Amino acid sequence: MKKILALVMAMAMVSSVAFADSVLINGAGSTFIYPAITKWFDEYSKTNSDAIFNYQAIGSGGGIKQITSKTVDFGATDGPMTMDQMTQAPGRIYHIPMVMGAVAVAYNVPGVDKGLKLTPEVLAGIYLGKITQWNDPLITGQNAGVNLPASSIVVVHRSDGSGTSFIFTDYLSSISGEWKGRVGKGTSVNWPVGLGGKGNEGVAGLLKQSPGSIGYVELAYAKENNLSYAYMQNKSGNFIEPSIDSTSKAAEGANIPADFRFSIVNSPNPEAYPIAGTTWLLIYKQMDDHVKGKAIVDFIRWAVTDGQKLTAALDYAPLPASLVDLIQKKLDQVKY
Amino acid sequence: MSRQDTSDIVFRRILAIFPVSILILVAGIFFQLVSASIPSLKKFGLGFFYHSTWDPVAENFGALPFIFGTCVTSLVALLIAVPIGVGAAIYLAQYAPPKVSKAISILVDLLAAIPSVIYGLWGIFVLVPYMRNTVQPFLGKYLGFLPFFQGPNYGVGFLAASIILAIIIVPFIISVSREVILAVPSVYKESAYALGATRWEAIWDIVLSYGRVGILGAVILALGRAIGETMAVTMIIGNNVVISPSLFSPGYTLASVLANEFAEADTGMYLSALIEIGLVLFLVSIIVNILARFLIWSVTKGPGELIK
Repeated sequence: MKKILALVMAMAMVSSVAFADSVLINGAGSTFIYPAITKWFDEYSKTNSDAIFNYQAIGSGGGIKQITSKTVDFGATDGPMTMDQMTQAPGRIYHIPMVMGAVAVAYNVPGVDKGLKLTPEVLAGIYLGKITQWNDPLITGQNAGVNLPASSIVVVHRSDGSGTSFIFTDYLSSISGEWKGRVGKGTSVNWPVGLGGKGNEGVAGLLKQSPGSIGYVELAYAKENNLSYAYMQNKSGNFIEPSIDSTSKAAEGANIPADFRFSIVNSPNPEAYPIAGTTWLLIYKQMDDHVKGKAIVDFIRWAVTDGQKLTAALDYAPLPASLVDLIQKKLDQVKY
Repeated sequence: MSRQDTSDIVFRRILAIFPVSILILVAGIFFQLVSASIPSLKKFGLGFFYHSTWDPVAENFGALPFIFGTCVTSLVALLIAVPIGVGAAIYLAQYAPPKVSKAISILVDLLAAIPSVIYGLWGIFVLVPYMRNTVQPFLGKYLGFLPFFQGPNYGVGFLAASIILAIIIVPFIISVSREVILAVPSVYKESAYALGATRWEAIWDIVLSYGRVGILGAVILALGRAIGETMAVTMIIGNNVVISPSLFSPGYTLASVLANEFAEADTGMYLSALIEIGLVLFLVSIIVNILARFLIWSVTKGPGELIK
């Protein structure tokens, strides 16, 4: 009996030694950041073996719920937490911007390539169900020389709750008073018109197969699937192609509040693409665990600096340097 | 003697645990659904069942379009699948050469094992374009005077979803109905032939009459699957919160809205309303099952008893 006990204790000691120098850190939330975060974990682990990161892309809503109940060490969300949600959390939560991305307005109009020029009024009109024909004067007026057919517009949106929908409806709310009043912004909204496709692939599927359709997908997805996408007119009146550069520009012009709960849609920067958004990591200001807290902060410092070069290849826009400085200062305040 | 009694009692008690655990499971699910949907039940009351607005931003929720969508797609799927399924089962059990019957039965079981996401993808890439380019224009042209076949033609919608559902449930109907028909004692058929019945009469009056309870059971099983089917339907129903008599119209089902919105539901009332959708789905399934049992019960009371 004693022998067995000794053996069990020895095994317990061995295993605790084996795990002592690496700590497991769990995160959950946004699906938008998932490709970036897995890339970061992969690269980061090559030089830092003391922390093992694990991320579950369960959706932004789930990420907020799990960080609020402290079942994960960090959350990730595409829309900032509301004041209501912040007060429900057991401690002060910091929003740390990690990646930015553009949402492309893609369409399938036979005979029309990428680069159709759309104004905010036209996009809101289409999604409110007021502009229903491709040869509407409001569309043709901006696109002289483009042969737009007299066919009806098939409106496509995401059916599943998603950060992409949040960015898109955030934009529509910022440029259309009627949209703000009737529909509002959210990961899921009460769409006035249109077909719902599940996921980026569902929207892309509907777009590819329905002549005369218009929808919105993440920029990387539009590029990979060779969808034609529109140049959107920004706040300064310029028509801008969605790209990594024009998305970074959106953040340079944006007004950044101290708690980082900003929106970069409809940026005043004249070179900015107007439909862009951010994914934030959610962490507690006061970390419960010293080792985990330090590992998380170290990782974030790395991801917002060196890590940004890796994500550009995945069509995420790098954070502007001015914002990175602010993030570093914010991280100094995290206690662990 | 007494030893045998003890073992008998123990065996009986152990067996009794299993059905009781089913009861506990169902009661537990029901309790959990009700308790989690209390905020929504309090706020919307019975209006949840007949209001047709679903607005997560304003937190104004009504489930009618989803209930409508679930009922319409399941019903239309049954209308398509039952004649095909029962017809195929009769052929396989009564007419087909044994080798053919066996080969087709294996294929049918194979169909039943295909994950529904595969049906959904097939639906997006094959069925939907076919519906838009061929089937729906044809229906609109010849049956367009009926309200069921009017309106814009997107390809996705109630009809496409119902057809996918029909394809998914047909194997269940064939498989179970075939077993039921094979289980009809051959003496009954032989007696019918001896009395001068034709093959058609023997099948219709004797085999189907004897086996109808089992066949209805197969249909109920299929209906349950159709009501709960999520992924394939979500992918091709169009996910639009509307109530329309037209089968061309995009729609929404109870299971689809759960699949679409549950992960991102971030406020308490929203989550509660979605859980109430789960409760409604649970109740719809129970009501449909009770109705179906009632149907079976009323049928077995009929002239079918003469045979027994």
